[in-house]
Amino acid sequence: MAARKIVTPLTDDVVRSLHAGDEVAISGVVYQARDAAHKRLVALLEAGEPLPFELQGAVVYYMGPSPTKPGAVIGSAGPTTSGRMDAYAPTLMSHGLKGMIGKGLRTPEVKLAMAAAPAVYFAATGGAGALLARRIVGNEVIAYPELGPEAIARLTFDDFPAIVVNDCHGADLYEEGRKTYARQER
Amino acid sequence: MSEAHPSRELDVADVTAAVRELCMTANFDLPADVYGALRAGAQAEESPAGKAIFEQLVENADIARDGRVPICQDTGFAVFFVNLGQDVHLVGGSFDDAVNEGVRRGYADGYLRKSIVAQPAHARANTTDNTPAIVHTTIVPGDEVEITMMAKGGGAENMSSLAMLKPSQGWPGVVAAVVDTVSRAGSNPCPPIVLGVGIGGTIDMVTVLAKKALLREIGSSHPDERIAGMEVELLDRVNALGIGPQGLGGTQTCLAVFIEEMPSHIASMPVAVNVQCHAQRHKRIVL
Repeated sequence: MAARKIVTPLTDDVVRSLHAGDEVAISGVVYQARDAAHKRLVALLEAGEPLPFELQGAVVYYMGPSPTKPGAVIGSAGPTTSGRMDAYAPTLMSHGLKGMIGKGLRTPEVKLAMAAAPAVYFAATGGAGALLARRIVGNEVIAYPELGPEAIARLTFDDFPAIVVNDCHGADLYEEGRKTYARQER
Repeated sequence: MSEAHPSRELDVADVTAAVRELCMTANFDLPADVYGALRAGAQAEESPAGKAIFEQLVENADIARDGRVPICQDTGFAVFFVNLGQDVHLVGGSFDDAVNEGVRRGYADGYLRKSIVAQPAHARANTTDNTPAIVHTTIVPGDEVEITMMAKGGGAENMSSLAMLKPSQGWPGVVAAVVDTVSRAGSNPCPPIVLGVGIGGTIDMVTVLAKKALLREIGSSHPDERIAGMEVELLDRVNALGIGPQGLGGTQTCLAVFIEEMPSHIASMPVAVNVQCHAQRHKRIVL
């Protein structure tokens, strides 16, 4: 199946048209943010202060790259475990976040927030950071440089490969895939 | 001492240089056994999506090796297993300091990510040089120093577990603990995974056994036939879960299960499961 090309920022129509299992190639601006950055973003929202980037329609990538070698755009850049951002994700979605890229399981609360937003959760291949870095053509730190790999960066994707795990209709590729291949024991 | 034993001098600067190199090559160059297991997995996997993941992982390993870039952006906690020959006389400074200096240089010069934070429950401030390293030293006969470096990523480490089982739970209890650990981890630890299982000892030792088990070569059988059989059974049970590569569903969830066992207290049956992602990065050198 050929990957469907999608471009950020995401509209509600695009989000609703995506279904668990869809392979996508993402292009456009995506914001790099992981644990420490999420903590600060949610604190800003709770204080009613502006964020360092426009959240409406935005896609975030749960990722902290390795340092950029001279002449390169970015170091290795694969996804980190999304579950650590579950405490913050519903707040961001209620303020306009439309897409999350990471790897691993989400909580029921996050899935409910995705249905309400609507928003979509994509998985990229964990541990393929050298390969995925080739699909990132722009990289500019825009907030919290003191956090090192946990800073927020404005990345530009060019056909970045991912797969829809949780759509806004309640489907979950992790659950479905596992059911398909599970063997009954004795 | 009645007989003087010749001792060999080794400058700890040589240790620093070796550790620097180990940190980089471990992160750039996947061991041949792991690389082979990924290639074999692409053939064995029944799920088309899972097969594609294996192919991506092989390509990723090629890019990392050829371009000398990290296989994964999480270049890990630097964990060392050292076999220190008792006839070696280390000179020029502290051994542990020399290892940490090697980590400092390797992670800087290799453009590796610094992933260690101090005061984990409070400030979580990055130590900025990926130190401190974790160093397990065993004193052994001989006049050589064998150093094995493991770059241990956080995502898979977080899915690891420890169970202080009742002796009455026996082997079925161990199987349940291992299967439950993998089942709950699902897609989180970047499957296909490798499992290091420690059985016996004390709460501290069982986790070291589990980590040490991860250094075994994929495809190797445990020399003890009984334990080799246990490993085969656990591998089958874990792969029956259907989690598959990256948790997308499939037959190849786990590449290998390695068990290290030692006697336990009459009251205890500790079991530790150390989960390792597919990027099983380790390198060894003998000085």
